[in-house]
Amino acid sequence: MTELLTLAASTAPGLPLGITEGGTWLLRNAWLIPLLPGLSFVGILFFGKRMPRGGSELGIALVGIAFVLSLLTAAAWIDHRDNFEGEEVHRAVAVAEHGDDHVEAHAEAHGHPSLGVHNTVTWFEMNDVAFTVGTLVDGPAVMMLVVVTLVSLLVHVYSTEYVAGDRRYTHFFAFLSLFSASMLLLVVSENTLQLLVSWELVGVCSFVLIGHWWEEKPNSDAALKAFLTNRVGDMGLIVGVTILFFTVGSALPGQFGSFSIAETNALAGAGQLSHTALLVASCCLMAAVMSKSGQFLLHTWLPDAMAGPTPVSALIHAATMVVAGVFMIARMYGVFFEGFSIGGSSINLMALIGGITTLIGACLAFVQRDIKKVLAYSTISQLGYMVMALGVGAWTAALFHLFTHAFFKACLFLGSGSAAHAVHSFDMKSDMGGLRKVMPHTYRTFVIGSIALAGLPPLAGFWSKDEILVGTGGWGLFGGTGGNGAYTFMLIMGVVTAALTAAYMTRCIYLTFFGEFRGHGTPHESGPRIVVPLWILAGLAIVAGFGNLPKGFPLVPESFQERFGHFVEPVASYFPSITHATPSWSLAIASTLVVLSGVTVAGWYYFVKVEAASKAAGESLTELPDGLTTKYPLARMGHTLLVQKYYLDHLYTDVIAGGTKGPVAAAAYKVDQGVIDGVVDAVGENAVKAGNLVYHRFDQLVVDGIVNTSGRASSRAGGELRKIQTGKVQDYAAILFAAAMVLAGVLIVIV
Amino acid sequence: MNVPAALEGFDSLTSGDTVVAQNIAFGILSVVMVVAALRMVTTRNVVHAALYLVIVLAGAAGIFILLGAEFVGVTQVLVYIGAIVVLFLFGIMLTRGALGEDEEANTEKRRMAALVGVLVLVVTGGAVLDSFGDAAVNRSAPSLTSEIGDTIFSQYIVPFEAVSVLLLAALIGAIVVARQD
Amino acid sequence: MLLNQFLLLAAVLFAIGVYGVLARRNGVLVLMSIELILNAVNINLVAFSAVRETVGGEVFALFIIAVAAAEVGVGLAMVLLLYRNRRSIDLTEIDQLRG
Repeated sequence: MTELLTLAASTAPGLPLGITEGGTWLLRNAWLIPLLPGLSFVGILFFGKRMPRGGSELGIALVGIAFVLSLLTAAAWIDHRDNFEGEEVHRAVAVAEHGDDHVEAHAEAHGHPSLGVHNTVTWFEMNDVAFTVGTLVDGPAVMMLVVVTLVSLLVHVYSTEYVAGDRRYTHFFAFLSLFSASMLLLVVSENTLQLLVSWELVGVCSFVLIGHWWEEKPNSDAALKAFLTNRVGDMGLIVGVTILFFTVGSALPGQFGSFSIAETNALAGAGQLSHTALLVASCCLMAAVMSKSGQFLLHTWLPDAMAGPTPVSALIHAATMVVAGVFMIARMYGVFFEGFSIGGSSINLMALIGGITTLIGACLAFVQRDIKKVLAYSTISQLGYMVMALGVGAWTAALFHLFTHAFFKACLFLGSGSAAHAVHSFDMKSDMGGLRKVMPHTYRTFVIGSIALAGLPPLAGFWSKDEILVGTGGWGLFGGTGGNGAYTFMLIMGVVTAALTAAYMTRCIYLTFFGEFRGHGTPHESGPRIVVPLWILAGLAIVAGFGNLPKGFPLVPESFQERFGHFVEPVASYFPSITHATPSWSLAIASTLVVLSGVTVAGWYYFVKVEAASKAAGESLTELPDGLTTKYPLARMGHTLLVQKYYLDHLYTDVIAGGTKGPVAAAAYKVDQGVIDGVVDAVGENAVKAGNLVYHRFDQLVVDGIVNTSGRASSRAGGELRKIQTGKVQDYAAILFAAAMVLAGVLIVIV
Repeated sequence: MNVPAALEGFDSLTSGDTVVAQNIAFGILSVVMVVAALRMVTTRNVVHAALYLVIVLAGAAGIFILLGAEFVGVTQVLVYIGAIVVLFLFGIMLTRGALGEDEEANTEKRRMAALVGVLVLVVTGGAVLDSFGDAAVNRSAPSLTSEIGDTIFSQYIVPFEAVSVLLLAALIGAIVVARQD
Repeated sequence: MLLNQFLLLAAVLFAIGVYGVLARRNGVLVLMSIELILNAVNINLVAFSAVRETVGGEVFALFIIAVAAAEVGVGLAMVLLLYRNRRSIDLTEIDQLRG
């Protein structure tokens, strides 16, 4: 490729790809970061049982080193982003239309281009297409590296206490390492094939870790459900990747396809790829996102995945794996932007799905007893926010929300794990309550995390969520991609969900930490290996928001504004030119008021009315005995709908799967019993009949007949012949004379 | 007695009268012999059969003399009739009680035997007639006994001695076989 | 005299002798029939000797007579033995070697 490169550079400039082969050592060798947890996996697998701490020390050590490397890589990137003056990679295209002006326009808007550091090795070549394996290190990749290694490290430390004494302690750490390696590999993937491989790998790790206690059937069922639901979406990923491969191939001369992310997005952005192909590919890739990131319709696996250990839930199903879908959209944004016409004037599929997901997730969080399920639905809801943001063109907002969400959601999950570890149960209504007195650290970090999640300033969630809401550009108020007011509906959904989020988290906090303790035993605060990660994450939940202060924020010099966006959002030809929304104070205040109202309503219901009812009844209550659902049948129906998770599970398992496998199984059974068994039985019976026939007709009659007849014939012949032997001399003499005479006669006549 | 003279008359066998006489003699002898033979094989009385055998043997002796083999003829009478038939009679006597005078050969056997006999006759007779045509017996003189003696003791000495041994063996054998212990 | 007539006579006697051998039940009679056969042969030999005017045939006939005598002796001894063992010389009853 380098040769073609130079050729292209000399004869014609070709299309710039926004990447460079240069860069510092750390940026070029970022593949070391996924390698370290990979080595940890292998090491723990082979030697873990023999280590004094069951392999966890190896995992923590290597993930720790990976984290340090990620920080250094981030520092290298920060330097590279603004100061790199190396050679940009160009690619000859079949029809060069836009050429260089595309990049220049972008550069004018944002200044220095951020060239992603591209480093590959050729795996194999086929028909002039070189299939490569490598890394593409740019802003989002570096951001994800830091987040994943940090959360993974904290979860490793947390797990040493949480799963201490577990039946498969070493195995758990081995797969935590493997998961970390796979996720890190995913974020630095240079091409869609590698992305696909690591996507599947994280799916497998998810399966293994959810089903960690597979001896209990619900856990293995949950693991299977997660894997199979993801499989449904992965079909979309495979199809989408293939479509893109060939579409890109049609635009490149001399090649029949390419998996390269940079090429794909650059060509898409330059309008070299057919819109229909991009639309179809985008829809297929959306299917993958729907399954992996728990969007509506394929989200059903995420709440069930809470069957796994809490550290797994925190790492995989809150902070990292589930955001792989979001990250994939962010990576392939060129394709999606063109395919879904995100900069256009109509609501697109991505925004719609994202918006619906936020609402339904938030609604479902209200009716859960299990604390982790509340957080799971909350995750679904927040993922919906991210996808919605990407759908409306607020790319940086989505990734910023991903960043902050990782911290406060992990904090909340680990906190719930701490509480559950103390009471040995996850059921809020029956086993928790009043824990704030005995578990102060857990309580405080949980509250901090909840405030961040709800989006109250100045905690992290406020900044990121607000940026999303601004990005929707509802009513054309804030400019941005949706500046023509196309995404008004999304704005409404976002705001409503914010209120709901605040409400259900208030409910969760009340049920867990307030009231009287309803469980058994004496819970106490968890040890330092649980509490310290909680505080670290809570601290990050507080300060992370300041990473992307909006432009024009008072009191802060300009160089501190939009730091996150500056370093993460690519300015390169593989990234489409998106318009950014103007931050709005009015929206910020309005959203804060909405959130506060949510808190107030829920707070009043629980902290005032339920508290009063509890005191009146003399026992700790979790809800009003004469609440809305008891009075209004409509409310009760709505409640049932929520409890049944909109009957989606019933639809998938019983209707779709059962409807398919039922007749198929019946038909297969009929074929097996009727046709195959029939054939086998018929063959057997006929063989027996044939054997009988042969035996009776042929063997007994013919063969035995021949044998017997020949025997009888011999015997009879002998019997006849023996009559000659009379024993009388004269008879013998007679024969003798007669024979002699006959002979003599013959002799006389002849001789 | 004038033997040569008697012989002389007897020797001229070529004369016509003599030939006719010979033929007549032959005819009588042969008829008698055949009849006697037939009776011998058909009679039920064993003693009669022996006596018929005597007639046949006597007839044979006559044939020998007719053919000029005087010594053989005489020997025939002496040995055959004189010793062998006596032997037969002894044998009959000693085994008489078993069979008596009733002797019944079954029909089947006789037919088979007759058939074979006829077959034999046909074959040998046919052969004879076929081969010898009109060969005539024209002896100039009967054979000399001295010549027979000379031949036996010169040319056929070994068979002679062999026969003597044979007779001895037969004698001893007969005694051994038939003695009563 | 033709040679043939003697030979024919001998043939007839021979045939009758054969018949006798085959047809008679009494062992002694069978022996007698054998004598008949031998005599037929003798007649044959002597006839040939007369035709040839040699004595060879006659000598042979003499030997035959001697052998016949020996044979009869032994034969009768055997018949006697048979009679002693079975009280019968009926040849049709002797079929121990019947197959």
